[in-house]
Amino acid sequence: MKDNLYEKYLVDSAMPTMWCPGCGNGIVLQSIIRAVDELGLDQDRTVFVSGIGCSSRAVNYLNFDCMHTNHGRAIAFATGIKMSDPDLKVIVLTGDGDCASIGGNHLIHACRRNIDLTVICMNNSNYGMTGGQFSPTTPLGSQTKTSVYGSYEPPFDLCELTASAGATYVARAATYLPVQMKEMIKKAIMHHGLSFVDCASDCPSLFGRLNRRGDAGQMMLGWKDRLVSVKQAETMSREDLEGKVVWGEFVNSSERIEYTDVYRQNIARAKESVNG
Amino acid sequence: MKDIIINTSWCKGCGICVALCPRNVLKLNEETVEVADNESCIGCRQCEYHCPDFAIRIGEEDV
Repeated sequence: MKDNLYEKYLVDSAMPTMWCPGCGNGIVLQSIIRAVDELGLDQDRTVFVSGIGCSSRAVNYLNFDCMHTNHGRAIAFATGIKMSDPDLKVIVLTGDGDCASIGGNHLIHACRRNIDLTVICMNNSNYGMTGGQFSPTTPLGSQTKTSVYGSYEPPFDLCELTASAGATYVARAATYLPVQMKEMIKKAIMHHGLSFVDCASDCPSLFGRLNRRGDAGQMMLGWKDRLVSVKQAETMSREDLEGKVVWGEFVNSSERIEYTDVYRQNIARAKESVNG
Repeated sequence: MKDIIINTSWCKGCGICVALCPRNVLKLNEETVEVADNESCIGCRQCEYHCPDFAIRIGEEDV
């Protein structure tokens, strides 16, 4: 067995990554690798599925069975994989545009079904690959290539969205807190039901540059003032929370039945009725 | 003193590690990061965990 984590889980010939210097996607990917390693997941029984975008390029670097699918359809493909073999661990790597805009419908319906997928969203608040247009999570008033006077569309809170759609594990992590991110990803992978982790991340070369947030190092240090834990947020007023990012676990429940379990029950009932 | 392993062929010189290091152990040269003061490293691994390019590792044992 290879003792170096990166040698074991990364495809050496595909490195270095195509991401810009300081891109948060690499930090999220590193947390995923560490989480998978600590859980001791079988590399032949774990599938990574992604859509299109900077974040979705992550599967190209992973030494697992991976599927790089159409824009926004990662969850749809992952649902198919999970239904065909419910014992596989299926992890979806996606971005804010990929999962909340183009694939928004698949996201909410996967949450509604509570199918056992782990959806990890690398949320950098803009469409990085196409040049920095505003996405459904761009904060109000932010500069992007398509909102030069400040974004005028109110953003989605992806954690509220998935929680209300029925996801049974919902958490928000941040690249500033990679160890906590790793722990949340571990919990999400082991959760039976749809788990969603929104990873607050940075795009220094587009979003950061257009909003004068400084270089990658300054953007990273900037998170210190903006991150608020769920516990802290409970005691804060709505005005105080303006511009802050709340991190932590929002939902962790086992009350709802998981979709592949329901499906298996249905198959058993159908067989019973046929066999009398 | 910790063993700081930098993979210069993967490092893109973004400077996140330099900004986060509490003891100014690292510095940027023209293209990548390099060790400026190995003696001061306390092994907190902030650089390792925050590196987007998998380019820094801190050895398990003191050297």
